[in-house]
Amino acid sequence: MQFGVKLGGVAVLEDIELHVHCGELSALIGPNGAGKTTLFRALLGEVPHTGQVRFVHAGSEQRFESPRIGYVPQQLEFDRTAPISVRDLFAAATTRRPLWAGLDRRRRQAALDALALVGAQDLFAQNLGQLSGGELQRVLLALALDPQPDLLLLDEPVSGVDQGGMELFYRMVSQLRRQLDLSILLITHDLPAIARVADRMIFLNRRVLADGPPAAVLASPLIRQVFGLEFTGREPSFVQRLPEHGDCPPTAPAPAREATP
Amino acid sequence: MTAWRELVGLLPWAWAHYAFMQNALLAVLLITPLFAALGCMVVNSRMAFFSEAIGHAALTGIAIGALAGCADPTFAIVGFSVLLAFAVALLRRYSFASTDTVIGLVMALAVALGVVLLSRGGGFNRYTAYLIGDLLTITPAELARLALVAAAVMAGGAWFFNRLFLAVLNPALARSRGVNAWAQEALFSAAVALVVAVSLAWVGLLVINSLLILPAATARNLTRRMSSYLLVAMAVSVAAGVAGLLASYYWATATGATIVLVAMGFFLLSLIFRRS
Repeated sequence: MQFGVKLGGVAVLEDIELHVHCGELSALIGPNGAGKTTLFRALLGEVPHTGQVRFVHAGSEQRFESPRIGYVPQQLEFDRTAPISVRDLFAAATTRRPLWAGLDRRRRQAALDALALVGAQDLFAQNLGQLSGGELQRVLLALALDPQPDLLLLDEPVSGVDQGGMELFYRMVSQLRRQLDLSILLITHDLPAIARVADRMIFLNRRVLADGPPAAVLASPLIRQVFGLEFTGREPSFVQRLPEHGDCPPTAPAPAREATP
Repeated sequence: MTAWRELVGLLPWAWAHYAFMQNALLAVLLITPLFAALGCMVVNSRMAFFSEAIGHAALTGIAIGALAGCADPTFAIVGFSVLLAFAVALLRRYSFASTDTVIGLVMALAVALGVVLLSRGGGFNRYTAYLIGDLLTITPAELARLALVAAAVMAGGAWFFNRLFLAVLNPALARSRGVNAWAQEALFSAAVALVVAVSLAWVGLLVINSLLILPAATARNLTRRMSSYLLVAMAVSVAAGVAGLLASYYWATATGATIVLVAMGFFLLSLIFRRS
């Protein structure tokens, strides 16, 4: 099953037309103020936008009117001393039954399954404020997977997470994309790390300036201009793709599309 | 009510045979769990200063009620407090100043306006009862009204609990789950305003906020989960309420303030048994 996403013209974003496929991990990069988070907020329906987001089954013209979107916020800001457990968080987000009235068996199992996907089932009874940065982000990732979304949005999910936690998180995301056949959009500034796991890189600065495989996008002169990075050769040495490619092959290697700013 | 009186009358102590104490005890049992539950969310959403402002601003509500010639200013207090709650929620959303500044400004304005209106012609003394509160004068009709508000707020609280919880935890996360964080907070502010306004005359404007905050603050020291947080807060609140009522009876002191002192004792104890 495949679908495409089209989004046209958001206030600070112009002429955005993206086709995101299932099982594809796309990294959204760009300077601060490029409109990356705004794009997410538009997708979540928080800011008004012109144009539309369409979810279309490949092959047929059947559409999802309201796709399910999972969202992992940038460094969840919350009161760390609050008596809130991971279980409370899942209960609040997935049911209407007041969370103090208990979680029914089905909902509880769904939460544990989602946590198991990110190797965090042991954290179910933990206090939210006592989790490490990496653990918290994995819990939030699990929350975004319950119920399973059509599109997963990750907004700088590992900012403030230590190196080990960051690598673990990216590995999880990379596995989930295949395991659940998810389409994932991930905002990040950490180009080397994401280049290793992403299928595709979208360079955004109010509009899509480059879109293609990470190696090709990183090699484009625009990137050097904006990020001040200097890459020698066509493929930067750190761009080594993860070996395990499952049954969902990477998208056809499209040449990096560049537009003049 | 008769059944309640007979039940309390079975107790061996002298106070249990006075109708005013029977009424007051029922009022305490109605008010304290409600205050504890609201207080838990007030503390979680860091609205302690906001609820303080709502209590103080009730002075203007009383003044408006008095000017309008109402014998019972409760409706004026509720109306003004809810209006103020929405004003603060709006200002929080659109103002360039920080939240505590906005609340400070609104509170100062409401208190000043209330004092000016009530002190016209030197008649402020008539209203000092509202500052201290008098639980022992509560009538069965007022109890019924209190019960109605308590039931409505509890039911609404249960219905909106999860959404409010998410909104308080993180607005962006709440929005991604289809929850309008701002609407939840505005609704909650209105609920706090309503409860504070209807209990003001019994608890007293000066200490009403402590009754809201202290049980929750105590429970936070002892718990890690929402369910135990709420439960412990309610238990502390009811225990402090009953103990405070009896202490005020024997010491002949103001009930609201005595309850707050007992609750403060619980809070200090909780610091010793604090979770690591």
